[in-house]
Amino acid sequence: MSYQLQNRGNKPTRFGFGEGVLEAAEMNPKVVGIGADITGSVSMNFFAQQFPERFFSMGIAEQNCMGVAAGLALEGKTPVFSTYGVFAALRTTDQIRISVCYNNLHVIIGGAHAGISVGPDGATHQALEDIAVMRVLPNMTVVSPCDATQTKLAAIKAINELNGPVYLRFGREAVPDFTSEGQNFNFGKGQLMKEGKDISIIATGHMVWEALQAAYQLAKEGIDARVINIHTIKPIDEEIIIWAAKETKAIITAEEHQVMGGFGSAVAEVVVKNFPVPMDFVGLNDSFGESGKPEELMEKYGLTSRNMVNRIKNILSSA
Amino acid sequence: MFRSVEELKETARKIRINIIRSLAVSGSGHTGGSLGLTDVFTALYFGILNHDPKNAKWAERDRLILSIGHVAPVLYATLAQSGYFPVEELLTLRKLGSRLQGHPGREHGLPGLELSAGSLGQGLSVAVGMALAGKMDQKKWHVYSVHGDGELQEGAIWEAAMSAAHHKLDNLTAIVDRNGVQIDGKTSDVMEIEPLTKKWSAFGWEVFECDGHSFKDIVSTFNRAKATIGRPSVVIAHTIMGKGVREIEGDYHWHGKAPSEEQATRFIKEIQDHS
Repeated sequence: MSYQLQNRGNKPTRFGFGEGVLEAAEMNPKVVGIGADITGSVSMNFFAQQFPERFFSMGIAEQNCMGVAAGLALEGKTPVFSTYGVFAALRTTDQIRISVCYNNLHVIIGGAHAGISVGPDGATHQALEDIAVMRVLPNMTVVSPCDATQTKLAAIKAINELNGPVYLRFGREAVPDFTSEGQNFNFGKGQLMKEGKDISIIATGHMVWEALQAAYQLAKEGIDARVINIHTIKPIDEEIIIWAAKETKAIITAEEHQVMGGFGSAVAEVVVKNFPVPMDFVGLNDSFGESGKPEELMEKYGLTSRNMVNRIKNILSSA
Repeated sequence: MFRSVEELKETARKIRINIIRSLAVSGSGHTGGSLGLTDVFTALYFGILNHDPKNAKWAERDRLILSIGHVAPVLYATLAQSGYFPVEELLTLRKLGSRLQGHPGREHGLPGLELSAGSLGQGLSVAVGMALAGKMDQKKWHVYSVHGDGELQEGAIWEAAMSAAHHKLDNLTAIVDRNGVQIDGKTSDVMEIEPLTKKWSAFGWEVFECDGHSFKDIVSTFNRAKATIGRPSVVIAHTIMGKGVREIEGDYHWHGKAPSEEQATRFIKEIQDHS
């Protein structure tokens, strides 16, 4: 595997989303946008400025936005509705479940400002439950790319290649942009970011970068950690997870989300059923976030490479 | 397309009988609202909607979505009477493997069904999305969405109402089944929704009212509603829950109850005798 793993500079994943939607819309006239007042904040302004006749302002009324998206999709449009993940996934869960998922409509739901790294806005605006809720809905695809470049690719491909509902999760803060434009990105296929034989760190979203930093640190201490990026949480790449379970002694997952029901749980479902190995989970442990600088919060809630390193040593010493 | 009032009455009678037959066989389902909306549905499918039962997905058809999925029996019986599928299939209502789900489900493949729905308060938003798409593509078809009066207690309805007026969707007509009752009792006791015409009007809609059991009134009201320019229209259809069977008319206990075989026989006889 030849991924370019150098940080080319920090960039918010939401910018990747906005660029991807715009690029897809330039080629695909069916793409329409729906706005719930925070258009610039979730980077839908790129699209809205270019295609004002295909962008519908709906005001601060997310439940209506989701139903409208379903109606547009029923008539052959490809609607993109993006708002903060707390609203996109949670305020409108019933509309997503019935109007979008039960009707199996191609609606692209952008879950912006996901995770605790939203920072000073505090717990109300930190989406930490969206993966858990979205992944239990039949027909839904859940995507959580690891950087801005991958988010752009995911947006383009979600619009052009998928058919049913898609929840695409991304963050607010600038984070390392390290995957290449020409990467092999396929929904449902995990990416091996670093080979390793002692343990596998299986991460999603920005935590993939933290996982890589943890692996580089562990290498200095003689521990050879594999790093896997799972950008598609549903349908999940069972093969790469089972392969990791079989070849390495243990697995640790990492997500900017509640551990309970979230990404780590999704990985554990595969491991437990197919090839049980010791596991640990980095994520929020049944608590809300709070205000603070993003890096302070990541530190306090253990969403750092340093915490991963400590947890990995614990697993390996007790295994 | 146009049928005489006598023809519409006869068609409605057949639809009512089929609603009762299907509910009696299923043993559960919503009798009151289904019978109450029968005349409106008959008028829509046999006198208002531009549609083709032999070509259910005809691109230029008018769209009708049922936001109150629980009155699926009237939609199913009307679709069958129109020729979308065999009338005898109505007897599979709510049974395992049936295309006639308790609340409409598109994935089961019933011809003529536009939307899977049943969670109250969502249908108007979907109708707004369809109407927006129609406007974008300069289509001639019209969108109708059917709502209950109790359903208007859902806040999302008013989000959708606001947005339909904002986007000037005159290709959308909402229908309110104003029967005045819901599961717990009278709508005015459970949660007052009046002044209803003023509410819709204040939200920017053109408001119409009709006697939901007078075909002449229903047809002429819908024709006027469809002619509205520059804003969405709503038809508040005054109906009687359970219409056609005197012993259950207006009785909210019949909101979510199916007739027994014995009751069904009696109800059907009454409908036949009052021809």
